[in-house]
Amino acid sequence: MAKQPIITVKNLVKNYGDFHAVKGISFDVAEGEIFGLLGPNGAGKTTTLEIIETLRDKTSGEIFVDGFNIETDAAAIKKRIGVQLQSAGYYPNLNLSELIKLFCGLYGIDKTPMEMLEKVALTDKAKSKYKELSGGQKQRFSIATTLINDPRIVFLDEPTTGLDPQARRNLWDLIRGIRDQGTTVVITTHYMDEAEVLCDRVAFIDGGNIIGIDTPDHFIDKLVASGFERKKEVKLANLEDVFINMTGKEWRAE
Amino acid sequence: MTNKHYSNIRATLAIAQASFRSIIRSPSSVVFTLLFPLIFILVFGFISGGGVISVDVGLAKTNDTINPVYQGLKRVGVIHLIHTQTEQEMKTNLQKGTIDAIMDIQKNTAPPYYTVNIQYSKASGDKENILKSALNNIFFQINTHLPGAPPPVAVIKEVAVQSREYKTIDFILPGQLGFALLSTGVFGTAFVFLSLRLTLVIKRFFATPVKRYSIVVGEAMARITFALIGALFIISIGHLAFGFTLVHGFVTVVNMLILSFIGVLVFMGFGFTVSGIAKNETSVPPIANLITLPQFLLSGTFFSINVFPAWLQPISRALPLTYLNDAMRKVAFEGASLMDVSHQILVLCLWGVGIYFVAVKTFKWE
Repeated sequence: MAKQPIITVKNLVKNYGDFHAVKGISFDVAEGEIFGLLGPNGAGKTTTLEIIETLRDKTSGEIFVDGFNIETDAAAIKKRIGVQLQSAGYYPNLNLSELIKLFCGLYGIDKTPMEMLEKVALTDKAKSKYKELSGGQKQRFSIATTLINDPRIVFLDEPTTGLDPQARRNLWDLIRGIRDQGTTVVITTHYMDEAEVLCDRVAFIDGGNIIGIDTPDHFIDKLVASGFERKKEVKLANLEDVFINMTGKEWRAE
Repeated sequence: MTNKHYSNIRATLAIAQASFRSIIRSPSSVVFTLLFPLIFILVFGFISGGGVISVDVGLAKTNDTINPVYQGLKRVGVIHLIHTQTEQEMKTNLQKGTIDAIMDIQKNTAPPYYTVNIQYSKASGDKENILKSALNNIFFQINTHLPGAPPPVAVIKEVAVQSREYKTIDFILPGQLGFALLSTGVFGTAFVFLSLRLTLVIKRFFATPVKRYSIVVGEAMARITFALIGALFIISIGHLAFGFTLVHGFVTVVNMLILSFIGVLVFMGFGFTVSGIAKNETSVPPIANLITLPQFLLSGTFFSINVFPAWLQPISRALPLTYLNDAMRKVAFEGASLMDVSHQILVLCLWGVGIYFVAVKTFKWE
């Protein structure tokens, strides 16, 4: 790997009683890449992510985030990362602008709500409550809260689950934009088309083990080289392309 | 990234501000803390004079209990005879309004055979008339029992003692205030922490550099500020609209607010405990009611705990709200200082220590 790793995970193990959720996985995330953690539900993706985010204790193993050990420097790591949780809620009865102010206080950062909402194109929703937003808007707002502290790494746990094709593409553009600003992105997803177009590298996790790490292109090439062929002749477009073509690519206000 | 020093105070204040905004926009907290007590105060304020449940009459210890006047009074339901207090105690209690009259049944060798000396105070209000009519009934019976009885066997001699007028609002308001503090402390805290935990708001907070104590302190600051504003509101309405007695005026208000602060702090301990025990939002009300309802009924919120049967009174005297209500009434009506109610404050603090010990054990962050 040419680039310096910004996250190093070595032999990470996590047990819940007798249940072995994560069974000694190791991987590096390079600085400035979009790294995808892929795998079926219950494979250990979220557990792994939450341990790196310092939200969960590990059973054993070593993890370094931006040079800091998660065991001894959790506070320093929290200042350097932005975390979007799967289905996290926000403080009730507050509007977006007030929520951003709250997070500015939590991070000890001086930013204006408008500045942050602008990054995710939600300035017209500044006075709305979180629960009044559409699915795509909620995810974009979540991402805005992760960017307040100008993090080195952003963690996104299934950010596009449940979104319509337009909102999904809109979010991809947003995530690529974050990467292009020099921020490393670690993302989990169940959509392989998404991982294919978005991720620089992906790791497949199953049953608490990593069963492969590579770029999406290499994985596909290897599979094809092994003689794999799709049952159906691949057409030059799929139904989603039809959907986008017919309904328009631009994301619409819901 | 910033090299600036991270401020825990700033984070705490950010949470306090967010939480306060959230509380004042939440209909349930406004209803429980402001509207509910206000409705009770309005109702009792307008029907003031009504709601007399018992007439507490102090009786000198030297009185024999077999004389017919005593026996007759004992049978009257609303008359509550107390003969455990010394003469001095009775006198001060009469002035404070905690007893309604002092009675001395004097036995004479010549007719009239019984003289009943009664001392009332202005605080007695309508109760004076209730006692009078009860006595007149008894006398009528005794007098007619005597064969050919022209000379009266008993006469009533009355003396009125100067004191402040003890209005219904003076009893009702501190009780309502105490209960409002209990509700907001227990229900408010329990619901907020449970929902913040279940909706992963707290988990998201943990992904920021904020300290745990900032979350608890910030929430507590917001809740206490809201409770004290509510208390001030209730006291003001009571005083301005219904003549609630504030003996030392502004100082009394400050003392009541200090008591409110101690009260809500203790009650929040129950709230933290409930939020830890409850598994979901529907299990909060039953558990929280288990804590608030007995105190609502038994802590002298609506009527003096003296009217409860003897076996129930020790339970009443064990509850923290009893002591808060008691201290509030003493401070507001009798003009007691915080030192004078140090016993009540001490009991409240003991409850506080106990419940926070339990809260620390049961509280869950996620």
